[in-house]
Amino acid sequence: MKGFVIKEFLHIFRDFRTLLILFGMPIAQVLLFGFAITNEINHASIAVFDKARDSKSLELQQKLTASGYFDINMQLDNTKAIEKAFRSGKVKEVVVIPPQFGKTLDLGQQTTIQLINDASDPNTANLISSYTSAILRDFAADANPQSTLLPVATETTMLYNPELKGVFMFVPGTITVLLMLVSAMMTSISIAREKEMGTMEVLLISPLKPYQIILGKVLPYVVFSFVNASVILLMAYTIFEMPVNGSLMLLLAETLLFILMALAMGLFISTVSNSQQTAMLLSMFALMLPTILLSGFVFPVENMPLALQWLSHIMPSKWFIIIVKSIMLKGLGIAYIWQETLIILAMAVIFILLSIKKFEVRLNLK
Amino acid sequence: MKPVIEVENLVKKFGNFVANDSLTFSVFPGEIFGFLGANGAGKTTTIKILCGLSSPTSGKVSVAGFDVYRQSEQIKRNIGYMSQKFSLYEDLSINENFQFYGGIYGLSRKEIRERTKTLLSRLDFLKAQNEVLRNIPQGWKQKLAFSVAVMHQPKVVFLDEPTGGVDPITRRQFWELIYEQAHNGTTIFVTTHYMDEAEYCGRVSIMVDGRIEALDSPKVLKNQFAVNSMNEVFVKLARATK
Amino acid sequence: MNTEMAISATAISKFYQDKKALDNLSFEIMKGSLFGFIGPDGAGKTSLFRILNSLLIPDEGKANILGFDTVKDYRQIRRIIGYMPGKFSLYQDLTVEENLKFFAGIFNSTISKNYHLIEDIYNHIEPFKNRKAGQLSGGMKQKLALSCALIHKPEVLILDEPTTGVDAVSRGEFWEMLQKLKSQNITILVSTPYMDEASLCDEVALMQEGKIMQRATPEKIIEAFEQTLWSVQSDNMFKLLSHLNDLPEIKLAYRSGDHICFIPEMLTFEEKKLLDHLEKIGHQSLHIRQIEPTIEDSFIFHMQSQN
Repeated sequence: MKGFVIKEFLHIFRDFRTLLILFGMPIAQVLLFGFAITNEINHASIAVFDKARDSKSLELQQKLTASGYFDINMQLDNTKAIEKAFRSGKVKEVVVIPPQFGKTLDLGQQTTIQLINDASDPNTANLISSYTSAILRDFAADANPQSTLLPVATETTMLYNPELKGVFMFVPGTITVLLMLVSAMMTSISIAREKEMGTMEVLLISPLKPYQIILGKVLPYVVFSFVNASVILLMAYTIFEMPVNGSLMLLLAETLLFILMALAMGLFISTVSNSQQTAMLLSMFALMLPTILLSGFVFPVENMPLALQWLSHIMPSKWFIIIVKSIMLKGLGIAYIWQETLIILAMAVIFILLSIKKFEVRLNLK
Repeated sequence: MKPVIEVENLVKKFGNFVANDSLTFSVFPGEIFGFLGANGAGKTTTIKILCGLSSPTSGKVSVAGFDVYRQSEQIKRNIGYMSQKFSLYEDLSINENFQFYGGIYGLSRKEIRERTKTLLSRLDFLKAQNEVLRNIPQGWKQKLAFSVAVMHQPKVVFLDEPTGGVDPITRRQFWELIYEQAHNGTTIFVTTHYMDEAEYCGRVSIMVDGRIEALDSPKVLKNQFAVNSMNEVFVKLARATK
Repeated sequence: MNTEMAISATAISKFYQDKKALDNLSFEIMKGSLFGFIGPDGAGKTSLFRILNSLLIPDEGKANILGFDTVKDYRQIRRIIGYMPGKFSLYQDLTVEENLKFFAGIFNSTISKNYHLIEDIYNHIEPFKNRKAGQLSGGMKQKLALSCALIHKPEVLILDEPTTGVDAVSRGEFWEMLQKLKSQNITILVSTPYMDEASLCDEVALMQEGKIMQRATPEKIIEAFEQTLWSVQSDNMFKLLSHLNDLPEIKLAYRSGDHICFIPEMLTFEEKKLLDHLEKIGHQSLHIRQIEPTIEDSFIFHMQSQN
């Protein structure tokens, strides 16, 4: 066993290119996703539908432009024009100022400004709306400094992607994809390679039991995947200030569980493929693409057709993303995510049993 | 007669390792030239250079009248290559394999059709032309691979251990093919580990540790070393350096 | 030599889809013998070896090694055999020493424990022990693979085409090693497409298309070759062969090294008549003599008479 694990590590370390991909890719991906998401707002073009047209509303518009964050490119005069403005793609946000804006403010009553955002790019939409809100709050405070009650409330409407899924999705999603890749793909390929080179015959012929061969193959990748996951988390925490609101221990334990599950899937793939090529393609199509497409990493599950939503339930990655988000962002404990944990655990057990059953002590020739 | 392969002081180094140490030899049209040597003696390196796949470190090398440094594309068009490892596509039929390789060398469809017919009838395989390669015995495949290698009528054919693992009868039939091809003017450059096959060659070179230690007809070599078979010549030479 | 059986097989058949790879094979092999399965690619040698080492289950028949059934008792069998698969290429990215260490490890052994067994072989490659296996020459790789198969001191050694693609000198050395191992009372099964290696075995089975055509000691096989074999040379060997093949009194003619071998019809053949005929059609410097057959001649004759 010990010799086996040492040998696996040697294989990994000797193959410099793979090693580079294993460790370089997570870093590159996190940086890529990270910086693509945190782009600053600068002269974002917006439109204003000013129903009041009084001095206060003009003042507000000036304040928005003076901030440097926004350019008001369009003045709208009816509700239909809002939709049109978005469709033309020229504006990212429409600010709707209610009638009698100035009068209401002067009376010290509360008024509501509506912000409508193009949320097909959820991150930008979120940023723009929060910048606008901040400016509005500022404006309201100036208008009525004595009042403890904020006289201007904002009502934000996100078009096309109402709940802003996708914000901070990149860290959970990247961890999931990379763990899938490293764990499942690398194990399945490394076992298929032994079959291809003829060394598997000698391993089978040795007194090693199937579980020993499997463990020997899997252990090094558990370590690698775990290190990888930690690196991503650390980067997310330090560079992008992604919070870990819940228990770090719980997060790491869940990660380990997911790694085991992915490895079990990789093993299963290797038992049904006889060449590195088959193993690679199977991992790509059976694991990678569904992980990226169906887990809610890129496309919100809620917006999918019902059949795909249903399919996404059997994607372990979907559950893992929920778990990671719950722990990191919402700070929830195991009491809230035991169901998801149980699902992944069950999947791991099923795949391990399947692969031990399918892992033959003999050659399977046709 | 002008040689087809001309090698003068060919040196190939990989770092400090000298794989080919100042080789000089010529091969003439229609000759069957046996290129022998132990594993790791440097044969593969030389063959790669002659096929235009690798450049020599120094020395003069020309194949089919073309210079290996500058005209490797012309060389590739004028040679054929076959090895035990390289063979045909298992999931294509005999016909499809011929079409594919004929296409690679830019033969017209008519040429491909005619030559396929000639080559297959020579092997007596016309009946089986739509058979998928996978279902064909190993010995046949080797003969087919050879036919494919000479389909574009190259001036030189390189055969790298063409008969490994083949039964003794098929091996002999294979050599009949080689003879016929050489008789028609094609130069054959062949490596083998079967020493009885070395006897079938017109001339034989024996390479040891990157140098050609002997080069002549089998008869002369046997006389020179005072032995009865090429096997003994080979063992004597290869052992001498150990 | 003792008379105990190391291996016995009864009526083994193996099919791949509709193709018959092994056709009703039965044989016994004595303990401590060096037994060769000789035949071309596709004769069924690899399938047979995989059945004996328990990696394949025969479709019909059964086999046992040292009393253990190859299907039922596969665990015991795997403990007592050493196996070198045909395309076995070791771990190319590990060094010589790492390979050996690993294989010793998975068989619960260490290099030092059985060093005496592999000493002679390993001596040849020890100077390169820090080189990666992928950078060894063919002959060296085979020696390393043999060391790896031996490191757990197996009682039966199964070697699938260990010398294919290996040069004549390394092949010679490899066989010397096998002879030494035999003297340590290890039963050795070896397959090879090289007919000349057959004479180095205690006993051989000539295989063709899933069947054993003949099984005997090399001497017996040659004795059983009840034909007279002649050798002839002339100045034009290429034409000589086709001329011989045209003659009705020649059963079979083929090239063999620098001469042509032929088997005549015994009743009608006269040496003098043949020489006269060949001279008449233009052959010069003719040499003709009767020669001793080899295993290869026997194999060719058997194959030809079967077709």
